[in-house]
Amino acid sequence: MTVTVHCVPTVAEAAEAVARDRSARYFGGGTLLMRAVNEGADEVGILVRTTDPDLKRITSSGPSITLGAGVTMRAVLADPALAFLHPVARTIGGPALQAQATVGGNLFAPHPYGDMAAALLALDAEAACAGGPSRPLADLLRDTGTAGSQVVRSVSFTRPAAGTFRFRKVTRVRPTGAPVLSVAASIPVVSGRISGARIAWSAMAPRPLRAAEAERALEGCRPDATGIAGALAAAARGLDPPDDALASGWYRAEVAPVHLRRLLLEDGED
Amino acid sequence: MAQKPLQFRLNGAEKAVFVEDGANLLDVLRRSVGDLTAKRGCAQGGCGACTVLIDGVPGLSCLTLAETVEGRSVATAGGLPGDGSHPLQEAFMAHFAAQCGFCTPGMLMAATALLESTPHPDRDQVVHALSGNICRCTGYEPIIAAVLEVAGEGGGGRS
Repeated sequence: MTVTVHCVPTVAEAAEAVARDRSARYFGGGTLLMRAVNEGADEVGILVRTTDPDLKRITSSGPSITLGAGVTMRAVLADPALAFLHPVARTIGGPALQAQATVGGNLFAPHPYGDMAAALLALDAEAACAGGPSRPLADLLRDTGTAGSQVVRSVSFTRPAAGTFRFRKVTRVRPTGAPVLSVAASIPVVSGRISGARIAWSAMAPRPLRAAEAERALEGCRPDATGIAGALAAAARGLDPPDDALASGWYRAEVAPVHLRRLLLEDGED
Repeated sequence: MAQKPLQFRLNGAEKAVFVEDGANLLDVLRRSVGDLTAKRGCAQGGCGACTVLIDGVPGLSCLTLAETVEGRSVATAGGLPGDGSHPLQEAFMAHFAAQCGFCTPGMLMAATALLESTPHPDRDQVVHALSGNICRCTGYEPIIAAVLEVAGEGGGGRS
């Protein structure tokens, strides 16, 4: 299919352009869409991009942080205030890819990608879409496929307390290969017990998602081997991880508790 | 197919070409401009053979929509000295850091970007800087050694 590129000044106009044509795709950093274009994908007829500067803005107000959807992994890495996200951004491709890959694009990256999406799920982020109210990122990812029928303007979340956010990526090609699985977690500990834990997987399902059963199992437990045993048992319960060239679904389900244990007991914030 | 005018600087020289809608920068460099140094490996952003510098920042030209470099500076390995006298080129030769050579232009540009931002990187920084570039011949160690040698000499800026 012949590809046409439309460049518009605002996100709102980009969203309208995407909505007008089934073959239109929102063009962020291009790391996903240009692959399709290079392959001559029939479903991509129009690339809609915008020069809206808001998309590249990182704003911080008190504990609240907002990342424009066009913020790149490189920009995340360049911001000391986002140090807790550096271990995530650093593993998403090499430096050249990091200069192009965007936060918004990662939300719609197909399996096995989506490390930043998992991190943002663990941070309980909200996504602001063009022409609509903010909604929990978990809902957006659950309801939306990778085609990107909505145009995300930004994601917002609360800065995690020191030492509570953790991320682990398992890959066969270190340091920046595609993940066998990734797990991100926010593990607040109050009076020696875990309270309000959030755990999110990437590559354990077609889309990144929260590990609700494991989160419930952690509530009120001590952050030690005995305390987290229930969460490990529930780590992959109810999930049907995809098979791919990196790992079978069976393997992913088998090793998920191992890496969750390491994340909970061995890893900490940078 | 619709064509758009595109102006940018390639290795310091002004270029003005017409590009097809949706064309990637790699195809523009190779087909329209005639710079064949950036290689088409996977065309998926996975191999790094097409790595160029866009305003000094490494970028994958196969995944870069050509029109997004309007007015910007692009550097390729074609901008390095033709006699191989750049410190990185000399170190690559000294360390046998190229065998088939297909990945070499991308490796050189990734290393150039690193040394311009971090003149004296340690090994981990070199490994990370090259982590998006695949080499199927050398096993990487000669490449890493070459970059570290240049870093140790304090060199690394483009000549």
